[in-house]
Amino acid sequence: MNSLRSLGVNQQVGLLFLMLFGALALASIGVFMYSLRQHEASQADTLERLWRDLRALWIGGVVFWLSWLSAPLGATVLFGVFSFLALREFITLAHTRRSDHRSLLLAFFVVLPVQYVLVGLRSFDLFAVFIPVYVFLAIPALSALAGDPERFLERNAKIQWGIMVCVFGLSHAPALLLLDFPGYAGRGAFLLFFLVVVTAVAQIAQELASRWLRHRPVARQIDRSFSWRGWLAGALGAGLAGAALFWITPTSPARAMLWAALVGACGTLGDFVMRALKKDAGVRFWGNHSSLTGAVGLLDRVAALCFSAPVFFHSLRWYISVRP
Amino acid sequence: MTIAARLMGMFVSFVARLVTGAQGHWIGCPPEALQRIYFANHQSHLDWVLIWAALPADLRARTRPIAARDYWTASRFRHWITREVFNAVYVSRTRADDGGEDPLQPLVEALRQGDSLVIFPEGTRSLKGEPQAFKSGLFHLAVQFPQVQLVPVWIDNVQRVMPKGEVMPVPILCTATFGVPLRLAAQEDKRAFLERARAAVLALRPASA
Repeated sequence: MNSLRSLGVNQQVGLLFLMLFGALALASIGVFMYSLRQHEASQADTLERLWRDLRALWIGGVVFWLSWLSAPLGATVLFGVFSFLALREFITLAHTRRSDHRSLLLAFFVVLPVQYVLVGLRSFDLFAVFIPVYVFLAIPALSALAGDPERFLERNAKIQWGIMVCVFGLSHAPALLLLDFPGYAGRGAFLLFFLVVVTAVAQIAQELASRWLRHRPVARQIDRSFSWRGWLAGALGAGLAGAALFWITPTSPARAMLWAALVGACGTLGDFVMRALKKDAGVRFWGNHSSLTGAVGLLDRVAALCFSAPVFFHSLRWYISVRP
Repeated sequence: MTIAARLMGMFVSFVARLVTGAQGHWIGCPPEALQRIYFANHQSHLDWVLIWAALPADLRARTRPIAARDYWTASRFRHWITREVFNAVYVSRTRADDGGEDPLQPLVEALRQGDSLVIFPEGTRSLKGEPQAFKSGLFHLAVQFPQVQLVPVWIDNVQRVMPKGEVMPVPILCTATFGVPLRLAAQEDKRAFLERARAAVLALRPASA
């Protein structure tokens, strides 16, 4: 471990990516070998899902690498595009009215770019309040000017909520990449990696726990697989993963574990919330795909991250500020 | 096709995909290079662009829209984009414009050359959810060209992207659903056929809408 610490920052990050892509390559080879064997029809379905998830991981890995290479400009633009696509999926299913047109234009073409410019400029104080304070007023003001009182609160709440999740939440991912603090400069990629891994482990652990453990669904109407036991398992899994990764964070194993458990638990709860929304909209996946294609929307992939990223970011900044 | 026109085409389809997703769902027939008349509901100026962007690239070159001659040839840019990029078929809105020529004549010529067409048989944009009654042009074309497939298309969500009177589109996912090709039945009269065609388009509307 000491030889690792003596490496330069870029070498350490390079090693991180080498390990990431190595693991992905191994997993791909494994799935490929498995697919060569004879299969029954039921397994073909599982295999296809496995390929799809693996492809998403590859894309995610490459995106992560590119965003590190090209930070701050590339990272900001890249996640800005992600926010755009996610918000597009969200608004599609939100059933807005004609009179919301101007508010939506504001959301897509003003709020979203400004938020990411703030990230790129590292003005983190304004970045944290821009949407919750200023946009919170601007959207309903513009909407009132459009002169349609019907379902006023509902329409504006939907738009504000969509912006909070898809723009505010997601913009914290590149913010982590750009967060500089004393003695830890240039290591933002580690933080983003930590966040993504911990969030993903929480989801996987929760999924496995709900499959293997006996559990009682908390909210049967929304999601049969969500239970307190599964949720705790997710937080625990995330905590262990965080403790194992403590060496890439600026803190001790115990604190890294606590952090990871908190972030993971928030991520799985966020994913659960998005499931409730999908249930209400009557779809299985975000993105207006017909059920024929079985495609998964981008928002399905990043939902947990949209909720866990702000929590991680703010707890990190708080920790830095109180540290002597 | 000139290089400028090709670049413009790529740009338009990129923007259409960025804003609307432009997903084509081929539930009634595969996207094949057969001669076809696509007929769709009409809610927005973007309808044509959406169908065009949802088509595979090799079908785009031979699938042509209908453009009103007086509007789309009025300025050089409009004329250039409809002629060079979309390869539009120009029609006159009134018979008087062209010395009494049948308004369907340009469409007939395009079909004789083997091109496919996209038409909006309602004639004008409808702002309610349901399409209006179809005009008779589709029937006359079906009588004259029995070998051409008639494919119903439902375009969903486009009216939310750009409501009437607005100039900037809002990004919202749209779909174009292509149904089972229709055929004119023996002895079928005009009204029955047009009503059947309209029902075929309406049947493709997604349940949630």
